[in-house]
Amino acid sequence: MASSAIASSSNPFINQKDVGLSAFSSQPSFLIQNSRRRISKKIVSVMAPQQSERKPSTTGSVKNAMTMTEKIFARASEKPQLSPGENVWVNVDILMTHDVCGPGSIGIFKREFGQNAKVWDHEKIVIIPDHYIFTTDERANRNVDILRDFCTEQNIKYFYDIKDLGNFKANPDYKGVCHVALAQEGHCRPGEVLLGTDSHTCTAGAFGQFATGIGNTDAGFVLGTGKLLLKVPPTLRFVMDGEMPNYLLAKDLILQIIGEISVSGATYKSMEFVGSTVESLTMEERMTLCNMVVEAGGKNGIVPADSTTHKYLADKTSLPYEPVYSDDKARFLSEYRFDVSKLEPLVAKPHSPDNRALARECKDVKIDRVYIGSCTGGKTEDFLAAAEVFLASVFVVFVIVRVVRMREYGEVRSSRGFRTIGVGTVVLHSDFQSINAQGKKVKVPTFLVPATQKVWMDLYSLPVPGSGGKTCSQIFEEAGCDTPASPSCGACLGGPKDTYARMNEAQASFDVFIAFVCVSTTNRNFPGRMGHKEGQIYLASPYTAAASALTGFVTDPREFLQ
Amino acid sequence: MAASSALSNPTFTSSPTRHHHHHSLCPLSSIKLPNSSKQPFKPLISHPPPPCHQPQRATATATPTTSTSSTTSFHGLCYVVGDNIDTDQIIPAEYLTLVPSKPDEYKKLGSYALIGLPSSHQTRFIDPGESTSKYSILIAGDNFGCGSSREHAPVALGAAGVAAVVAESYARIFFRNSVATGEVYPLESEVRVCEECKTGDVVTIELGESRLVNHTTGKEYVMKPIGDAGPVIEAGGIFAYARKTGMIPLQSS
Repeated sequence: MASSAIASSSNPFINQKDVGLSAFSSQPSFLIQNSRRRISKKIVSVMAPQQSERKPSTTGSVKNAMTMTEKIFARASEKPQLSPGENVWVNVDILMTHDVCGPGSIGIFKREFGQNAKVWDHEKIVIIPDHYIFTTDERANRNVDILRDFCTEQNIKYFYDIKDLGNFKANPDYKGVCHVALAQEGHCRPGEVLLGTDSHTCTAGAFGQFATGIGNTDAGFVLGTGKLLLKVPPTLRFVMDGEMPNYLLAKDLILQIIGEISVSGATYKSMEFVGSTVESLTMEERMTLCNMVVEAGGKNGIVPADSTTHKYLADKTSLPYEPVYSDDKARFLSEYRFDVSKLEPLVAKPHSPDNRALARECKDVKIDRVYIGSCTGGKTEDFLAAAEVFLASVFVVFVIVRVVRMREYGEVRSSRGFRTIGVGTVVLHSDFQSINAQGKKVKVPTFLVPATQKVWMDLYSLPVPGSGGKTCSQIFEEAGCDTPASPSCGACLGGPKDTYARMNEAQASFDVFIAFVCVSTTNRNFPGRMGHKEGQIYLASPYTAAASALTGFVTDPREFLQ
Repeated sequence: MAASSALSNPTFTSSPTRHHHHHSLCPLSSIKLPNSSKQPFKPLISHPPPPCHQPQRATATATPTTSTSSTTSFHGLCYVVGDNIDTDQIIPAEYLTLVPSKPDEYKKLGSYALIGLPSSHQTRFIDPGESTSKYSILIAGDNFGCGSSREHAPVALGAAGVAAVVAESYARIFFRNSVATGEVYPLESEVRVCEECKTGDVVTIELGESRLVNHTTGKEYVMKPIGDAGPVIEAGGIFAYARKTGMIPLQSS
């Protein structure tokens, strides 16, 4: 099952003191080029026996080409060369866990390594409570306590604790959604291996690293050893070119792909995203893209690091990193090409993320609520996008008023520039000022759940372009959305019954008894995902979600953005 | 201990300022399974006793031989589901506050297994008021266990009494978690057995022969061999397997 290199080595884990640095100097070039990389003082899997049987083709420049993911596996397993299908032991750079899977992983760690065992590296474990936080469920609260006890006992450096559930701002360490927090706190670095007890750990692939989800038992193993046996995945390549239309977001791109290859189309495979469109995406958009690879069954998603990545990381991490890139002659299982300029806003209809449909073809679907949040669609830029649509709805009103005035008075009286937009339903008033204040209001309860504290603060402080200095929160308030909630995973996965915005039978804050159809910026719409089994979830981009909120139907955002 | 000298356990040492423990580990792959592992071992995760009202519960009989799973078989009623059964249906998120490594909560997880199936599934997997299922073999279509990485999913099935799942294909994290925990055998069929079997059919799985027999219809099906994952699951998961084969000590000091 494993490569012959491991089998041939009778003692693969050699005390580094015995081998010294000479073993490293005879390793292939890409391992020693990175002299900035800290060499771990822990035992590493040095392939000393392999040197005697090293073939000429594995030295120097005569190497088989590898994909990015293969290179990361090679480096992490200290092998010069490997191919998809091989099982290798990789050194883990970061292990992440949260309140749902942390306690179970900790239980396994203690049971297997001993009640007094210590973790392999207390600085490489990041523990982020985020799933069931703002709830009165006692077990959920207890699970955060379990995390705290463990972090204290093990002196875990990165524990984003929360104690005051009534006021998230009173917790200086608390962040929120783990995958967004990992990025914001600088734990995602190109070329590294990041494992997490959550399927959306693949989000971090946006940083050009290998990141994937694992279960409690695997995590317990990593806690003790810092290693895991993983199979090298083959890579599917997705080349996206063309200028991104102003009504599309990364969510539309990934929904396009999942719809193309199905929920099992990438099972056990790596999904690599390249092309001019991908290069134009911000880090948060790349995170959205990689976030949903698991919905196609993917093992990991990955985007090559570039100046956008380096800029993002500049103020977040001081640890050195070395990006890797797919060789020109690397072998891919398949390659898919997209001309992004030809794509249209999409939704995934109930009950599968691959149940792809054009948003405009669903315009007769009446909805009951909109949910904007989660690691997929609750980041700062996701909210800015939603705000852009709400803002554009106000412009719709301005233009109509202008036209009316021209007809009535034969002249134009306006000092504002207008964008060319489509026609929407508007209420006409004779008073220009009162229209300015009113804009359009959402027709259904619209729930906003910022992913992290930082995102929440951005909503209340960042000016939205083209709004005359308004913040997202102001725009949302004027549009009649719910107040942005405490940052967490929220209702993306349902959760305890008292979770905010959960799809239960009755809806408390509005006069709606049954809330069954939801347009959501989240990642899954399987039956019962957000609570009630009969709930119908349409996955969509923040643009589409905001547009739908304004009309009360599934709506293509071009109704407002063009 | 059946370990050979090649498995002389190297110690992990580390800079004294930071870490305080030693433990030993060898890669699983370099281990050849000893011929006769007659030494009894305790599976890490105790399986619930069969409910007494069900005479035909799955029985796992293992005779120590060179091939550890050659005579393992499961016999019982099967429960049939379709494609893309995601982990939210196997164990809805609201039950994830239960910690699988706590024995009483482990049992509770079992009682909620497959409770997320929509009402189109008219036969419930677990009868009301019961905490384990009368169905010990689950038959499914493609991509079983897709969705979240929650290990609670194979755990809930195992705790409910499922011995094996026979699906056309699996999502990777669910497959991996099944092997790591040793809770259920994730077997793969060659054909769409989910269309050939009905809930309540009496079936037998002959693990060593990779064979599924449906006694109710009289048909037999070949499955893909479980391969290297078999001994790991039979031992009770990766940690039990590592201890059984001498890779890690019985209990760290």
